[in-house]
Parts: sequence; structure tokens; C-alpha cells
Amino acid sequence: MTTTTTKKVLIADDEQNIVISLEFLLGREGFQVLVAQDGEEALAKARAEKPDLVLLDVMMPKMNGFDVCQALRADPELSAVRILMLTAKGRETEVSKGLGLGADAYMTKPFSTKELVVQVRALLGL
Amino acid sequence: MLASPVIVAAALLYLGLLFAVAWWGDKRADAGRSIIASPTIYALSMAVYCTTWTFYGSVGRAAVSGIGFLPIYLGPTLVMALGWFLLLKMIRTAKANRITSIADFISSRYGKSHLLGGLVTIIAVIGVVPYIALQLKAVSGSVSILLNYPEIVMPHRSETEPVFADMSFWIALILAAFTILFGTRHLDATERHEGMVAAIALESGVKLLAFLAVGLFVTYGMYDGFADIADRVAQNADLRRLSAAVPSGQGFTSWFSLTVLAGLAVLFLPRQFQIAVVENVNEAHLKRAAWLFPLYLLLINVFVLPIALGGLLHFAGRDVDADTFVLTLPMALRQEGLTLLVFIGGLSAATGMVIVETIALSTMVCNDLVMPLLLRMKRLALDESKDLSRVLLGIRRGAILFILLLGYLYFRLAGEAYALVAIGLISFAAVAQFAPAMIGGMYWRGGTREGALAGLSAGFLVWAYTLLLPSFAKSGWLPADFLTQGLFGTELLLPQQLFGLSGHDEISHCLFWSMFANIGCYVAVSLLRAPTAAEASQATLFVDALKHARPAGAALWRGRAEMADLIALVGRFLGPLRARAAFAAYAHERGAAGIDELEADAELVQFAESLLAGAIGSASARVMVASVAKEEPLSLAEVMNILDEASQLRTYSRELERKSAELTAATRELKEANERLQELDRLKDDFMSSVTHELRTPLTSIRAFSEILFDDPKIGLADRQRFLGLIVSETERLTRLVNQTLDMAKIESGHADWHASEIDLKELIAQSVAATSQLFTEKGARIKLDLPDGLPLIRADHDRLIQVMLNLLSNAVKFLPPDVGRVRVGLRECAGGLEVSVADNGPGIAPDDQAVIFEKFRQVGDSMTDKPAGTGLGLPISRRIVEHFGGRLWVESAPGAGATFRFVLPLAPAGALDMAEATEAMARAPAPLPASRI
Repeated sequence: MTTTTTKKVLIADDEQNIVISLEFLLGREGFQVLVAQDGEEALAKARAEKPDLVLLDVMMPKMNGFDVCQALRADPELSAVRILMLTAKGRETEVSKGLGLGADAYMTKPFSTKELVVQVRALLGL
Repeated sequence: MLASPVIVAAALLYLGLLFAVAWWGDKRADAGRSIIASPTIYALSMAVYCTTWTFYGSVGRAAVSGIGFLPIYLGPTLVMALGWFLLLKMIRTAKANRITSIADFISSRYGKSHLLGGLVTIIAVIGVVPYIALQLKAVSGSVSILLNYPEIVMPHRSETEPVFADMSFWIALILAAFTILFGTRHLDATERHEGMVAAIALESGVKLLAFLAVGLFVTYGMYDGFADIADRVAQNADLRRLSAAVPSGQGFTSWFSLTVLAGLAVLFLPRQFQIAVVENVNEAHLKRAAWLFPLYLLLINVFVLPIALGGLLHFAGRDVDADTFVLTLPMALRQEGLTLLVFIGGLSAATGMVIVETIALSTMVCNDLVMPLLLRMKRLALDESKDLSRVLLGIRRGAILFILLLGYLYFRLAGEAYALVAIGLISFAAVAQFAPAMIGGMYWRGGTREGALAGLSAGFLVWAYTLLLPSFAKSGWLPADFLTQGLFGTELLLPQQLFGLSGHDEISHCLFWSMFANIGCYVAVSLLRAPTAAEASQATLFVDALKHARPAGAALWRGRAEMADLIALVGRFLGPLRARAAFAAYAHERGAAGIDELEADAELVQFAESLLAGAIGSASARVMVASVAKEEPLSLAEVMNILDEASQLRTYSRELERKSAELTAATRELKEANERLQELDRLKDDFMSSVTHELRTPLTSIRAFSEILFDDPKIGLADRQRFLGLIVSETERLTRLVNQTLDMAKIESGHADWHASEIDLKELIAQSVAATSQLFTEKGARIKLDLPDGLPLIRADHDRLIQVMLNLLSNAVKFLPPDVGRVRVGLRECAGGLEVSVADNGPGIAPDDQAVIFEKFRQVGDSMTDKPAGTGLGLPISRRIVEHFGGRLWVESAPGAGATFRFVLPLAPAGALDMAEATEAMARAPAPLPASRI
């Protein structure tokens, strides 16, 4: 157990039950998990906590995932943070928009928990 | 002293003056400086309508029937004011087809039929002869009265008087000679007589002047104005009835038929046709004539009644014929100058009528009766004869003499039995027979030669039987039994009560039966067969006269001819010089250097035919041209094709315009439909996208928890329980979502089932509250009901309203703060019906969000609270339900002050309910694509 390498993951989603499942999954993988329930909160926590990765839902109150993604990428202090976008809208345009805005990867809901964990680990270089 | 030499000298001098005017007019016309190219002259010449019948006869009729003389002038006034387009069409047609008479017009219209032209001529001659007799009667009467000056003696012609001792006979001869001088000095291609028209216009001026002079003299000289005459009449019981202005009963029929007759006469009398149509210089003149001619009629009638009443007052108890009042009143007061003026005025009226009428009739007799017969009988001889123009002139001169002698004969036979007016009306009724064939011919393509023949014959026979023969019988030239017992003693055939029609004056009676027979036969026989090629081509020229800019006749002829033959042919009838001049003018017009350069094509043949038509009538002209030109007969189909070409072009362009307009409209409709479709498509996409999103969300949780549980059998019991519980609740959410989505789709597409019944809202609310009480208890909230009794029932779907109430209540609970939550449910009667309110003390809804919450899948949650576990369809569905029953649902709220949802349902009669459904259905139904035209 090398706690120095414990990665910080921020989950930004307004769906309570999805947050619970993600929290459980990532916690089981040994990550430090933070939760935000809307876009503004997600941006604030990202700036305060400097997580290694943000799991970003697109459809959120107050500020949507795309805007959060854009804001994160515009922040030089957060240039290293990896962004994995999650959305229930699986259209091509949404995917390319997210990637265009600087997201590192994109997954559509409902997702396979295994694939999600693999993706998260890959993004974190583990 | 008015001695006979003075009278004769004055008459001859006046005729000389007329002749001088005519001669001058012709000279000027030949020099190309027409003196009649004026609408005023045209209108004045039309006043040839006013003959001695007007000049002397109106007063006579007024003395018997008060204003009964008026219809004779009312008819023409109405025709000129309202029916001028008929005249315009006649003028245009006649000019385009070189038509020279009414017989020519009718014959030409029905395929250039000789038979028809001949029949019209015969009817015109027989019909108009009484009218000419009338002029002779009036002139000889006025002369014989004048010769007794200053004594006033009524003329009494003895039956046994030999013809050569009868002044009327000599008057007829003088008039014939004068007319021959006037009208038949040379032949003209167009058969126009400018000099004559000028003389006629002058005569119209003279007769009006004379009549007004007498009128003023009687009204203001003998009496003290209109009022004075009226006063004197009022004191005389016999005369009072004359001032009864309004006719009644039989009078109306009589008025009506006289007005109709006179209206037809002003169009179809041969002399009116001659002046108004053939002699018309410029159709624009019609415009002024349309009011100037009626004005003339008005002026010449102003003093009729005063003169008649004045005469009756003055000559009370003496044997003075009212027909002579115009002359005898000035005589009685020894007004020599005025008497002479009146005589000249009467002479004007008579000579004007006789000249024009006999010229018109002689043209018809020559072109439509004699020429066809000659052509038929001695075709070869005519063809060989070098110059026929003298023959033609001879025929016309003979015809003039013949017609005037016929007039004299009628005068001898029947003249005494009738007053002037009655004689004139017989002629009017005769020419009225032309109306169906004329008017029908100008407006109905279906009329045929046989139809016109049948109509004219039938009408003419009825006219002769009911009007002409009785006039002979009344004069003693036929047995009187004929009148009283009918033909063969058959009562149904009583000439003036035909088939038992009685109670009408003889003119109305004749008009009714003759028109009945005429129109009936014309239409019925015409309908027996389709028009032939010749009839169809002529029908188009006539019916479409106002549409064609140029005559289309040439297009309807196909064949070859030799130039020399054509010139020779025309030369034979018009004289070689005139013929060459006419062809030279034609060549000049075409831009050719001379006659030799002309090609004998269809147009030239047409021109030659029209030149001939002017001289010998269209039917004969066609026969003559056919003798030198090799015409290739056109089939009916070909004629129709050629005729259709022009009209088809118009039709095509109209069709094109119509099609293009249709196309534009269709394009616009398509575009709109497309936009609507795109909008619908976008809405559908949005909806699908929203549904997908809403479905994916619970699925995500369910899948995640299921995989967690599946992958890790050793997971703690507490977590396992919690995750399974979440899976169950997400499944429930999914189910609810599917149900509501389907529900919404059903409502929106109009396929939802509605079960309307009488509902007690108070009970329904209580029921809903009971069903949700568990939710309230769980949240520690209190609910307060404010439901008064005795409110009326409403008509709606019970289950659907429960659904609305449950939605509002659960919505309220969802947002209540824990433990201190309060919900107040109210019910009250309001203006629109019953109002239900559900008020909570939750966080309230921001103004911007108050509209959003009623949109599909739009939930507004507070960041501090959990996202509400709704589907985002509850409120939209509730609103739809309320609206379905004609109500509305809305929210009132301010952030922090709770929210109150209210809905109103109308106390609706069934009709309003249907209405609401209908409106909604209409709003929902997409406009159908105009598929049929695309």
C-alpha cells in the first residue's frame, strides 16, 4: 500500500444513485473520492482539491458538464487533471463536442462498471 | 298668306337644301375630310328614330292615353344607357365583316346563308312598309290640312279616288326620286353614305327646333305655362283622367311590352341599324350618343303633353284629329311662320325616315334577295357581264321605288283604320322578330341556320296573323269574321286572343306569342344539331367580336386565286376604277409598291370578298369569290382548330398563369409543410432525446449496482441490502417513466380514452388526499382541507382528475421542508367554474422556472435538496388533462414563500365539453399535405 500514490477522483453528477454506485466502485479501487452535485460545485471542488481525475456528467443543474470541462481546461493550475465525461446522451455530436472541449475520454450511460474502472485506471496511468 | 305655291316652294326648297348638304358631305368625304366625324352628328343622326310618328303621333297618343306615349322613348333610352355594349358589339362585328344591313348581319352570322338573308329582307320589307305608309299618311295629311289654311279641315280621302289624283301617290314618288338621288348615286364598298348622314343630322335638328317652337308657343303663348294648363285640365272632368300619371293593371303589361318593343326597335329597325351601325364612323362616338340621343328624346317629349292638353282644351267639341294638333294649333291662332316651320319639321321627320329606311331596305333587297336569285338563275350571264355596278344600282333604285309604292299601297288599304301610333307599333313588333337571331347570334355559339330560320319564320307568321292581318281586317280588306270568330271559326285561333290569351292589348298579345314562338323555335331547332364548320367560324367572329383585335376571317380560308380574276370580279360590281383604287390602297397599306406586287393569298381573297360584301352582301360575295378562287374546303375540325388557335393561345397563357400561380401556392404550401415537419421532427428528436436520457439514467444505476453485486459475492450485507433497494426503486422509477411517457404520447396524439361523468370535486379531493396521506406522514407534514359543501358537480374523467390531484399532492410533499411542512388544499366556486388549489410552504419556484416546470422532462430542483424523484412528466400531463376539460392549470409562487398550484374546471354543459375536445383535436391535428396536387 503506497498511500502517496493515492489518486483523488472527483465525481460530478446530480443523480444521487449513480453517485452512490460510482463512489462505491472507485472507493473499492482505493481512490480518494470527492462528490459534487452540480456544475458549479464541481468546478469549485476541482479548484480547491486539484483532483487527478474528474468524472463529469453532462446534464447537471446550474452548469453543464461541457461548461465545466471548458472552465477546467482554461485553468492553468488544473491543466494536469484528467477528464472522463459521462452522459446519458450518446450521440456522436455530444461525444465529439466533449472531446473537442478537452475531455480525455467519454463514456455513455449506462456503462459497464468494469470498463469504467479500466478507463479510469488507464487515464490515471495505473 | 300660306298659299299652296308657298307651301310647295318651301317644301322643295327644303329638300333642295338637304340635297345640297348631302352633296357637300359626300364631296368632303371623298376628299377625306369627313363632316360627320363627330359624336354629336352621330347622335343627331340616330334621332332618325323620331319620325312623323313622334312629330305628330305622340301628341295624338297623349290625347288618348295621357303619358302612354312615353314607353316608345323609354325603351331606346334604356337601351342606349344600359345596352350600349350590344350596339358596340354590332358595330365592331359589322365593321370587321363589312356588313351592310341587318339582313346581311343575320345571314353572315349563320354561315352566310342566302335563304336567311332573304327571309330577313322579306320580314323587314313587309314589317316596315306600314311604317313608311305612316309617313306618307302624315305628310299628305299635313299638306292637305295646310292647303285649306286658314280653315281647319280634316283630310278625308275618298276610297274611290283614282291613284293618280291622290296626292299621297305623288308624295311617294317624289320621296322615291329624292331617296334615289341621295342613296344610290354610286356603289361603295362599305355602303356608307356620309352626305346622307349629314342631311339626316340636319333634319333631326330642324324637327326638334320646330317641335320645341310649337311647344313653347302653346305652353307660354296660348296658355300661361305648364301650371296654367294643368289648372285648366283639372277643371275639365274629361281631361283629368289623362293626367293620371300611373298606369295600372293592363296598363302595366302594355307599358312593359311597348318599352321592350321600342328598345328592340332602336337596335333592329333597318334604318337604325343603317345609321347606328353601318354609318358609324368611329365607335367611340357611341359614348356621347349614349346620353345625347336619350337627351334628344327627352327634349322632343317635353311639350307633348302640354300640346295635347292645349289642343284638347282649344278644340273641345270640334272635329280635329289630335294627331294634327302640332300643326292645327298654330294654324288656329294664325301663326303663319310657325305653321310653316311645323310643316317643314314634319317633312323633316318623314323624309329622314323614308330616305334612310328605304336605302337600308333597298340594300337588303338588292344584296340579299335579288342578287342571290340572279346569281342562281342566270349565273353564267352575270359572270360574263363586264360591269355589273350599273345593274346593282338599277336593282337598288327599283327596290326604292318598289318599297315606297308598297308603302303607298298599305296606306291605301289600311291607313285609315289606324292612328299613327298604332301603325308604327305594327312595324316595331315586326322588327322585334330579329332580336332572338341577332342577340342569340352575338352571344350564343350554338345558334344554327335552321334555328334562325325557324325562329324568324315562326315569329313572323305569328306577327302577321295576330297584327298584320287584323289590321287589314279592320280596314275591311279581309272579312271581319276573321277577327271575331277566328280562323275556320275556331275560337282558339282568334287572331287577337290566341289560345285564349285575352285581356291584353293587341301589341302585348302579339309580342308575347310571337316571341314565344320565335325564341322557342330558334333555341329548339338550333339544339337539334351541332353548328357546321361555316356556322362555327362565323359564330366565333360574331361572339368574340369584342375580343379579336383584327378580323380573323382570312385565317379561315384556304385556297388559291389569280390576282387578275379577283380585280376583274370586284371591278364588275364596283366599277373597274373603284376596284383598282381599292386594291391599290390595300397594296399601299401592305407596303407593296403596286397591285402587281400583291400576292393572291388568303388575306387578299378575304379583302376582295369584303369589298364585294359591301356591294352585294356577304353571302353573294362568298359565292362570287368562290367562282374565281379555288377554295379548298376546310373541315369542321380544321375550322375549329384555326379558330381555337387564337383563343387557345389566350387560354394557354391563362392556363400557364393559373398553373404558375398554383405552382407557387403549392411550393409555398410545401415549404410550410416542410417547415412544420422539420419543427415536428425537431420536437420529436428533442422528446426522444429526453426520453432516452431519462431512461438511461435509472438504467445506469441499475446496471452499476447489479454489476457490483454480481462481481463481488462477498459484499457486505448492509451494502447488499442498500444496493438492492436502490435497484428496486430505480426500477419503479423506470416503470413510472415508461407509463407516463406512453400516457403523455396518448394524450398528445388524441388517442387517450376519456370517460366523462358527473363528479363531486370535494369527494374526489378527499379521496386523493387519503391516498397520499402516507407520504405526508412520512415527511412529518400536515395537510389542511378547505372543502365547502354544496358545490355543483362538474363533468370530467374521474380517474384522470385523481391523477392530477395525486400529482399535485405528491409534488407538494416532495418539496416540503421536513417536519414543518404544511399543505393547504382548497376548493371554491369562481367565475370560470370550480377552482382547486394546492398550496405548500416549500422553497417556492423562481419566476423564470414557473413556465419551465410545465415543460416535459424539465424538473426544477433546489441545489440544497435532492433532485426530486419525478419523471418530469407529471405537471405537463396534469395540465393537458385539465385543459382537455376546458380548464387551466397554473402556479403562483415566489421563492421562499411556497408554491400554490391552482386549476379551474368549468361548470360545463356538454356542448362546451365537445367544443373543448374539438378545439384541442384541431390544434393537435397536423395540417394535411396537399397531396392531391403534388
